[in-house]
Amino acid sequence: MTIAEKILLAHTDKRDIKPGEFIEARIDLCLGNDITAPIAIQEFKKAGFKKVFDKNRIVLVPDHFAPAKDLRSANQCKILADFAREQKIKNYFEVGCMGIEHALLPEQKLVLPGDLVIGADSHTCTYGAMGCYSTGVGSTDLARAFVDGKCWLKVPATIKFIYKGRLNKWVGGKDLILFTIGNVGVDGALYKVMEFSGPVIRRLGMDDRFTISNMAIEAGARVGIIEPDEITLKYVKPSPRKYKVYRSDKGAVYEKIYEYDVSKLEPQVACPHLPSNVKLAAELGKIKLDQVVIGSCTNGRMSDLRIAGRLLKGKKIKPGLKLIVIPATQKIYLQAVKEGLAEIFVSAGGVFSTPTCGPCLGGHMGILTEGEVCLATTNRNFIGRMGSPKSFVYLSGPAVAAASALTGRITHPEEI
Amino acid sequence: MIIKGKVHKLGDDINTDDIIPAKYLVFTEARELGKHCLESIKPDFTGKVNPGDIIVAGKNFGCGSSREHAPLAIKGCGIRAVIAKSFAAIFFRNAINIGLPFLESEDAAQINEGDLLEIDLASGIIKNITQGKDYKTQPFPEFLQEIVQEGGLMNYIKNAKL
Repeated sequence: MTIAEKILLAHTDKRDIKPGEFIEARIDLCLGNDITAPIAIQEFKKAGFKKVFDKNRIVLVPDHFAPAKDLRSANQCKILADFAREQKIKNYFEVGCMGIEHALLPEQKLVLPGDLVIGADSHTCTYGAMGCYSTGVGSTDLARAFVDGKCWLKVPATIKFIYKGRLNKWVGGKDLILFTIGNVGVDGALYKVMEFSGPVIRRLGMDDRFTISNMAIEAGARVGIIEPDEITLKYVKPSPRKYKVYRSDKGAVYEKIYEYDVSKLEPQVACPHLPSNVKLAAELGKIKLDQVVIGSCTNGRMSDLRIAGRLLKGKKIKPGLKLIVIPATQKIYLQAVKEGLAEIFVSAGGVFSTPTCGPCLGGHMGILTEGEVCLATTNRNFIGRMGSPKSFVYLSGPAVAAASALTGRITHPEEI
Repeated sequence: MIIKGKVHKLGDDINTDDIIPAKYLVFTEARELGKHCLESIKPDFTGKVNPGDIIVAGKNFGCGSSREHAPLAIKGCGIRAVIAKSFAAIFFRNAINIGLPFLESEDAAQINEGDLLEIDLASGIIKNITQGKDYKTQPFPEFLQEIVQEGGLMNYIKNAKL
């Protein structure tokens, strides 16, 4: 069996499961945010339910339109706060403690290896990097989980991705996943588990692994899973509760295996309007930019900010360009201040913001108007994703983003 | 359950930002969301929909975010069912959970804008009345059909069927 199949099986009463089968699974944790949880809470109450199944297994994070961008967003955030108070849910994160959910939950060790997690947010697949089965669902799934802690799931088949070789300087997790999505397409892993493995993955730190698992959904996958190793176990130490490490059997059945030698991989950029429309950063030097965003659940972690800081230190961004840097959590924000990174970004002429999903989904804090071009370390570049349907979004890792902020056009960091 | 309606044709990889842009995610009611369904890519879409109509799309319909606002917007603008070559996984479950009928069909490409269809959800047969053709699809497992028939997952749970 694969790691994903083993985790699913452990959360059912069954003796065996196989891909394609529908199961009812017990979840360890469920998550909602200010966009998805209000509908879940509404459905929970409308159906006449009064009390959640377990107040300790629910996490509510107002991060998308928070700090509240307008009156309606303020109402949505308040629905979460009121429900948390009423149900005594302790894992509600108010502005000031709040971070972008998919950076926050691993950081707070609310998610551990071997867990089965559902979240009413598509990027819940991020935690697969810790060796758990973690998947995005909808608001009604969340409402149902509030009732009895269960979820219906179709067992997906697994596709294995093996990365060999050694990564070049300036190439990281984002480049690996963009390259992969470019190779398999936006439905290349539709309804599958992506299992990321090989010596290149083993040498990556947790931040890069989270970036890779985060974008599994952009290839249509349910989960982007990585077997735990000593790096994972060190990350979860000291652990607040017991957990179980699962690994794929030697004879595990995969639907397909992709093997890549990534020694010659150069920084990648996804061009409008699909994450699979991937080209080399070096080929796109003529694309002029109005805005650069460094942040999000994909690339708003400490190592991302450090890479950006290394390139921006003592320099000024291109006049007329807007640089928006958004640390993913309060802990990362504070660390960035302590390390002098906040000063580097502000001195360079950028904005250093409180944690929020904000511009990634066209919420607030950097909406694009007609004709504007943005390079972002986020995860989607669909038509109108960051604002006007006539704006353009390119996706890259933090190194290309920071280098491009200095020149005002898409730039390979080697140029700086 | 039999559904009869006129076809609105869409392409491949229609994502949830296309179906309902994030600026409308401060609304939760299907009717309000329905007013803005597909407006970024087809500004005249909602004006052309008559209650009971059917969307027919290509591969990977509903890819992107988990926003249940997407199937709600489709339902809210009067669309009665969606047929596509394939569906993104979260959209698939959201549509079932809110009771929006849909079918996966390899023959979606043969169906044209404006065709009149009759769908039998139990048998999975799509009748193209305009073209005089029948397309067979794989009907859903019984328990998923029951969720749709109950009008969604919460009704199903409330009636303690799980």
